[in-house]
Amino acid sequence: MSEPTAPAPAGQPTEPAEGDWAEHDSAVLRLPDGLVFDSDDLDVEFGEDETMIINMGPQHPSTHGVLRIMMELEGETVLRSKPVIGYLHTGMEKTGEELTYVQGATNVTRMDYLSPLHNELVYSLATEELLGIEVPPRATWIRMLMCELNRISSHVMWTATNGMDLASTSMMIYGFREREMILSFFEKTTGLRMNHDYIRPGGVAADLPDGWEDDVAAIIDTIPGRVDEYDELLTGQPIFRERCEGVGIISPEVALALGATGPILRASGVAWDLRQAMPYLYYDQVDFDVIAGTVGDTFDRYAVRLNEIRESCRIVAQILDKLPPGDYRSQDKKVTPPPRARIDESMEALIHHFKIFTRGFEVPAGEAYAAVESPRGELGCYLVSDGTNKPYRLHVRAPSFVNLQSLPALLRGGLIADAIAIISSVDPVMGEVDR
Amino acid sequence: MSGDAKVTERPPAELDASEESEPEDAGEPGGTEVPSAHDLLSLPALAGVVSGIVRGQLVVHPSRESYVAVVDALRRAGFALCSDLCAVDYLRHLDREVLPGVEPERFEVVVNLTSITRAERLRIRVQVPERDPRLPTLFGVYPGTEAMEREAYDMFGIVFDGHPDMTRILMPDDWEGHPLRKDYSVGRVPVQFKEAPGPR
Repeated sequence: MSEPTAPAPAGQPTEPAEGDWAEHDSAVLRLPDGLVFDSDDLDVEFGEDETMIINMGPQHPSTHGVLRIMMELEGETVLRSKPVIGYLHTGMEKTGEELTYVQGATNVTRMDYLSPLHNELVYSLATEELLGIEVPPRATWIRMLMCELNRISSHVMWTATNGMDLASTSMMIYGFREREMILSFFEKTTGLRMNHDYIRPGGVAADLPDGWEDDVAAIIDTIPGRVDEYDELLTGQPIFRERCEGVGIISPEVALALGATGPILRASGVAWDLRQAMPYLYYDQVDFDVIAGTVGDTFDRYAVRLNEIRESCRIVAQILDKLPPGDYRSQDKKVTPPPRARIDESMEALIHHFKIFTRGFEVPAGEAYAAVESPRGELGCYLVSDGTNKPYRLHVRAPSFVNLQSLPALLRGGLIADAIAIISSVDPVMGEVDR
Repeated sequence: MSGDAKVTERPPAELDASEESEPEDAGEPGGTEVPSAHDLLSLPALAGVVSGIVRGQLVVHPSRESYVAVVDALRRAGFALCSDLCAVDYLRHLDREVLPGVEPERFEVVVNLTSITRAERLRIRVQVPERDPRLPTLFGVYPGTEAMEREAYDMFGIVFDGHPDMTRILMPDDWEGHPLRKDYSVGRVPVQFKEAPGPR
């Protein structure tokens, strides 16, 4: 490690200075003349010609999927911009109303395909809150273990694609190499590399496989060393720093006003992490730091993510020590199917199993909002039940969807070449944006 | 559907009284969240607004007229982050039970606010009638609701007055109907297939 990488971890959430961010309204730049654009505060020399509006995407390789950004340019400077989304919209919230609660996890796991386990988790937490059932401790620890591994794989993947966006092809190969380790473990545990349907209402689908301790130990022994290598490759590299430092700065007031969460908000200096601020699962029983930045630029967002990989490794190491024996799913017979062995010997167990997977279970009427800290920010699930076996309304608060709104504020006044670095630092997953 | 007697942890008679402000029943069972949620009930911003505690979380039911004023007051009271805004179509449950004093309507706009300093959540539910699905925008209070309100408009046809860009966000611009409405059935869209090629 040649350079100091990270801003100091901050313990407690800090309140940003009380500023009237209404004056920042011009940061929300909408093309259809919704808001007045004040060009005086930008250091741009306006030529005699009109400004130019170009489309970036939806097929541009650095837009991480099918994101299209309309940008108004004066020379090479970006003035106003507007993300145009919807190219991947498949109506997953509508589909969720047609699926039973048992099938629902299969649906939501496809939203944020880089952190599918968090999607399943937040859906299961909302369902369990409505059901009012307790999840056994082992199941909860397994959920934490899998989610933290998923966070590592998602951040490693981000470091890889971010490196490629900034022309570091080797970083991309390295990132995918590390991600592969975790995905192999996921495949061993859940049967699939992505879209696991592993975390389900009531617990998890299966216990951890034999020898999982060795696999996980191998992962957390390897990853921190590799993160140090990324540090040497990227953090100390002048070209990388030049492209990141001071690019796409967002202040905590603007980030909060725009609803940004996750690394964007933390990089701007607000140490807001749901794992620590509003602990779910057993995050209050593990020791970890919330990483916060100071400047709020692209480099801070990079440093926050890189150090979150290290923190996640710390959490996983603690889970290895603490994971208790016990059930991996609730023993509530309304929710949990009978064990496989019982089906061979009992007709009632067979019928019970069949009923749960065809008709599902009924959830008491009411509504619940559950939220978890996904690698991209606050991932929420608002679930309305009317007492039947299918959700009456399933709404997912996708962090990428909300975070994209900060793009116009981040891009404004920067060069179009920096737009690549900025879009990458927001880390949008279009499957989640469009749902 | 909503905060019925089983869910609301206090009898309805007390709900009206507590609008004004007295967290006297803070010692009720229900975990550690209840006292702080009761503290919130006494916020001056919520005076005269129907509110109650559902599953340990404060739920506020402002009218359409007082909606923006209440949200703005809550922002000033420390709820710096608007986590979520979504709509629900209660077409199949028009006669559902809401807190006393609230007239249930077909649509409901649900806003989840978060306080960074208190690490506290709060839910706002506004009733929006079917014959006039309009609501003032929260854009002036939280600019971050911009995309979420567009999504609610796109999916439910609820128009947010004063929104700078009230257009569709997920569906194509020329789309007809609002897909997440309950009277918009799945598979309603006629699908065109290319004519299958002949055997030779």
